[in-house]
Amino acid sequence: MNPLMNYLGQLRKSKIGLVGWGIILTFVFIAIFAPLISPYNPNAISGAYYQHPSMLHLFGTNQEGQDLFSQNMYGTRIPLIVGTTAALVAVVLGLLVGLFSGYFGGVPDEILMRITDFFLVVPAIVLMIVISALIGGTLTNVILIIGGLSWPMTARVVRSMVLSIKEWPFVEVAKSSNGSSLYIMFKHILPNVMPVVFANAALSVANAIFTQAALVFIGVGDVTDLSWGNIMHFAYINGTITTGIWWYMIPPGIFIVLLTVGFIFLSTSFETIFNPRTRRI
Amino acid sequence: MSLSNLSYILRRTVSAVLTIFAIIILNFILFRLLPGDPITLLYRSPALTQHQINLLTEEFGLNQPLWIQFVIFFKNSLMGNFGISFFYKQPVTSIIIPAIKNSLILLIPANLMAILLGMFTGAISAWHRGKKIDSTILGTSLALYAMPTFWLGSMLIVVALHVGNIPVEGMYSIGVLNQSAIIRFWDLLGHLALPLITLTLVLYGEFTIVMRNSLLDVLSEDFILTAKAKGATDSRILWRHAFPNGLLPLVSLIAISFGLVIGGVIFTEIVFSWPGIGFVTYTAIFMRDYPVLQGAFFLITITVVLANYFADFVYSYIDPRIRYR
Amino acid sequence: MLEIRDLVVKYKTSKGSVSAVDRISLEIDKGTIFGLVGESGSGKTTLGLSILRILSPNASIESGDILVSGTNITRLKEREMRNWRGKKIAMVFQGAMSSLNPLMTVEEQVAEPLIIHENMERSLAKRKARDNLANVGLGENILKRYPHELSGGMKQRVVIAMAIIGHPELLIADEPTTALDVVTQHRIMKLFKALRDEYGITIIMISHDLPIVAEVANSMAIMYGGKISEVGNAREVVTKSKHPYTQGLIKSIPNPKSSEVIRGIPGEPVSLVNPSPGCRFYDRCSFRRDICKTYDYNPAVLDGQHKVYCNLYEAGKQ
Repeated sequence: MNPLMNYLGQLRKSKIGLVGWGIILTFVFIAIFAPLISPYNPNAISGAYYQHPSMLHLFGTNQEGQDLFSQNMYGTRIPLIVGTTAALVAVVLGLLVGLFSGYFGGVPDEILMRITDFFLVVPAIVLMIVISALIGGTLTNVILIIGGLSWPMTARVVRSMVLSIKEWPFVEVAKSSNGSSLYIMFKHILPNVMPVVFANAALSVANAIFTQAALVFIGVGDVTDLSWGNIMHFAYINGTITTGIWWYMIPPGIFIVLLTVGFIFLSTSFETIFNPRTRRI
Repeated sequence: MSLSNLSYILRRTVSAVLTIFAIIILNFILFRLLPGDPITLLYRSPALTQHQINLLTEEFGLNQPLWIQFVIFFKNSLMGNFGISFFYKQPVTSIIIPAIKNSLILLIPANLMAILLGMFTGAISAWHRGKKIDSTILGTSLALYAMPTFWLGSMLIVVALHVGNIPVEGMYSIGVLNQSAIIRFWDLLGHLALPLITLTLVLYGEFTIVMRNSLLDVLSEDFILTAKAKGATDSRILWRHAFPNGLLPLVSLIAISFGLVIGGVIFTEIVFSWPGIGFVTYTAIFMRDYPVLQGAFFLITITVVLANYFADFVYSYIDPRIRYR
Repeated sequence: MLEIRDLVVKYKTSKGSVSAVDRISLEIDKGTIFGLVGESGSGKTTLGLSILRILSPNASIESGDILVSGTNITRLKEREMRNWRGKKIAMVFQGAMSSLNPLMTVEEQVAEPLIIHENMERSLAKRKARDNLANVGLGENILKRYPHELSGGMKQRVVIAMAIIGHPELLIADEPTTALDVVTQHRIMKLFKALRDEYGITIIMISHDLPIVAEVANSMAIMYGGKISEVGNAREVVTKSKHPYTQGLIKSIPNPKSSEVIRGIPGEPVSLVNPSPGCRFYDRCSFRRDICKTYDYNPAVLDGQHKVYCNLYEAGKQ
């Protein structure tokens, strides 16, 4: 059966999965309809600076007098965009590396796995910070940096699956009937690793959202576009935490936790539905 | 020590050495070949006199072909020579070494506390799977795992300032360095409290989740049933039989999670202005102090590689099955 | 010695409640080996686990009594039951490979029942463990070894030593020879015979392998679909088998001396989720009649101990 159909069929039995999708779709909705939800232009000065939360400004105002609620609504967009695209880059890279490494084995496998291990050992966040600081953290750069350094986990998982799948009888049959390697890899093996890839992709999105916020927070990411990380960055460099402006930083942090948990739940639901033995949460 | 044992050690050592070489190469590439490289910056830096620039050019072979630069760089890296800080005008090592020490003061107790807490609450959670205590522990861990370090730290600062006299910045109070050792020590402990709590909580989440999952696996194993059939009490089954087996994945996680720990340390230090390696990195980025950034990157990655290397040995010591592989 | 009356054990599954053991009654004499034979899913392991009351959390004893030396253990509190496990009743599990703790040495694991029950000093318990291991034919050189360093046969002996160190009255052995080579199988079986003959231990031997059990058992029961289909003196059950299922089992034993094609029993083992009333073997039975659909499992007693649970034989007939 088509794994995706199977997933959708079983989803209503997975409470975790439904909560995860609920959270994610809510944020997608907010991102799309931010202009309708936001009472003010997020970049316009809409009141006095550092206003407490009130009915006028639900989350208060910032150092410029911009409405923080509107900023947080618009700020949903970048995390979702960066999260999904960076995860896509990471998963595609990891999938390719894992497929080739596991399928061909031998020297290519050895070389690819050495590289994978290297990037697993070197702390990715430090490398990301340094590279962003050096080449500048524009939106595209940040996506490529996060995606380009987050693939090793997926590669490892995919490789170990390919190693066992390529021993399965139907793959042997396909091989003996002279199917080309690429054909076998993408036609026969790929569909069987997809469930694991979905679970990994959802986790990668969570990680990318998290990392993007962190990079922007310390100022090596894109600090001009509105995002939750960006809001926290300005809250921090304006010293709001130590000067009693407690409301500034609370909402974006909670949103990040919620969205991250949403994607973790999504990943768990992929795992439990495709592999019931691991049912955990 | 058996032969296979020796070959295991040898393999791990070779792999660690190769990784360090690769890090040096990566470090060279990052700081020479990327746009905005420090060399052009070096010449433009108003902070340095022409004389200093000449000295540095000579020392790092900047007027030589790239491959000679690399050889010099390689040698310098191994000897811990990363040049002079643009900002502090001091050798990079004299800035980084104390910073590493400060980081360890924060990192080691936080990591130990997180591991201990995670170990025990994870085990309790698994044992009471599906009960209220399990969902409480799991929910807390998940939220902490998904929480940005700098956000949690900031929230704790807000609370601390509300509560009262809790230090939220730096390592010592102003003027305390002239005081006696005991006063300095108490002052340090006070300053350590919040960063320590932050880092512990951030790391705690993942350790708990991993311990819980690994123990769930162990509890479904046959030897647990054997222990039960022997008449072992619940607590004996959990702590004597399941727990040590459940620790194995946690130990291997500890080995590969230094990256995670480093991330946590960096952001904790930034929020609390704790003068460790993370804070030094942060200020180096702002000051465009590339020699410091380069040195910090090198030392952080090397530390992680070495920590990994030793954790592997701890792991092979704990799990008798690995020793003979 | 052991008496089971009308025992019902149910599992809660996602598809509903399943009676893995369905109103089973048995009597086992002291100092004998009792074979419990059936294919996987017949409920034989569940029956074994319920005697120790170590069923998995989704299973429970619904009704019935289990009397061990006159004590109804289904009524015992969990704390009291714990004192029975590993002391009066012990178990050897299916797959010795995984039933040993990989992080504990052999001597620690073998000595553990003594430390738990007798509160014995560690060194003394270990000395007893050494003696016990010698009894099952293992030397001192394995005391400090870890399970992964032992062969399958050695592990099986370790597991047996661990089970008998508390001098149990009743030993339940679940597939004790599966996955072992033929020579080792016979050695282990000899060991069980010795345990019965020298120590007077009552042994329940659970297996899917009828010939192996017939070799050592005094009496045996054949299980199918959570029910007993035939029970009696081991020799009689094998040589004068009455139940169509037993007969099918015996026919499907490969005979090394003949080239006859082995005939397995056609059909799939019965599903225990919502079983239809009547005989469990109905779908696969070649002698079935319409009245079998309402069979009430009232046994026909043949001569002496031999009982068969089948409509072909008149219930209550002597």
